Amino acid sequence: MKFLCVECDEQMRFEERQLPGDGTLAAVFRCPSCARMMALLTNPMETQLVSSLGVKVGGRTVPETPFEGIRSGVASGREGAFDAEETPRGVPPKVTWSVEAVERLGHVPSFVRGMVKKIYTEYARDHGISEITPGVMDRARTDLGLEGM
Amino acid sequence: MALNIRTYHDVEDGGSDLGDQVARQQARVDARLSTVRHVVGVMSGKGGVGKSLVTAALSTVLARRRQAVGVLDADLNGPSIGRMLGCPRDALAERADGIEPARTPSGVRVMSMDLLLDPDRALHWNEPPEASFVWRGTQERSALREFLADVRWGPLDVLLVDLPPGVGRLAELHELAPELAGVIAVTIPSAASRDAVARALDLSDRRGIRVLGLLENLRGYRCGVCGADGPLFRGDASAELRGRFPVPSLGALPFDPALDRAAAAGGLDAWLSAGGATATELEAIASRIEAALGADRVEDGATP
Repeated sequence: MKFLCVECDEQMRFEERQLPGDGTLAAVFRCPSCARMMALLTNPMETQLVSSLGVKVGGRTVPETPFEGIRSGVASGREGAFDAEETPRGVPPKVTWSVEAVERLGHVPSFVRGMVKKIYTEYARDHGISEITPGVMDRARTDLGLEGM
Repeated sequence: MALNIRTYHDVEDGGSDLGDQVARQQARVDARLSTVRHVVGVMSGKGGVGKSLVTAALSTVLARRRQAVGVLDADLNGPSIGRMLGCPRDALAERADGIEPARTPSGVRVMSMDLLLDPDRALHWNEPPEASFVWRGTQERSALREFLADVRWGPLDVLLVDLPPGVGRLAELHELAPELAGVIAVTIPSAASRDAVARALDLSDRRGIRVLGLLENLRGYRCGVCGADGPLFRGDASAELRGRFPVPSLGALPFDPALDRAAAAGGLDAWLSAGGATATELEAIASRIEAALGADRVEDGATP
């Protein structure tokens, strides 16, 4: 997927991606020469097709996790199918979860919970956050462009 | 007047990063399979010929011969390998670098959608269901890629990939694992099976995929009481297919109620230990496959 500014004959550069939450996607590109911007808007079918490939327009904001596509895509997954790796004994956890955040995480189906928890934990570590609260989860969702997590 | 616009290949990636992400996905598959000596597909083209049972039984025979064996159930919509191999329904351990496969009592490493789905629920994907024809095939291909790349297969002598009916998944497997050692083609004696398997063999030929051999399943019925063989299907698909394609025969298996019961109960290892004519035939088939692949093993220090 590439965009060319016809007037400048310049390849347009990816600027940002937005997921409004209705299954659509907006990806903004800018011409480095004339600064003209354009937005690629995809309908839910097109968004899902790109998502099915396991790629993100504009690049990944979080590292790929094992079975990411299966866990985020399968709607009939078994509760308790995965057992996330525990923190090794003797190593103090660097990031804690508030009671409210744990409760909110509990609403995530267990089929994907381990993956979601890992994403939020790594976000907190990367941003020097010692406790994950619902507010941190909201911020991470926005910053990372996550949908449905 | 037509604009003089540069083509896609004249322009570098502007930051969408899609091409690089796809390349990185393939690199993950390649890295994971670098410790697997032989990736072998079990295909037919025809449904109901017993591919999964053959895969489960062969994997158990090979594991009993101290081969390091994995089974990937690529039949995402009709998974059955987990039950046949007696896989525990425990949670699969998730590690930073991948998912631990289930292990059978005989040591076969298994990954199947069967282990991930709610019992009695079909595989269905998240939205939007009204347009699933657009993306479902891509989603399934991605699931196959994740089964190959994200499972901690470890060093394996053989990774058997149980393919669903049809030929589409074989093509996907070959694209993801171009170093495919070959395929085992399973047929039953009927004309319908002959035609479907012929198409699968044709695809293999066109893609340059080696056919390790043709295995004829359900060649007659073996009485569970007296052990005598009786007819089951009309036709001789195996001989006709070998007349049309240069593929060797791996042998034949009858419908044996004892084998069927053992697979249904996840008791293939015990069934093999008990011996019998069908078990002996299965052992001979496994030997031909080993000979076709080469005999050295991971535990003997061979480099995958």
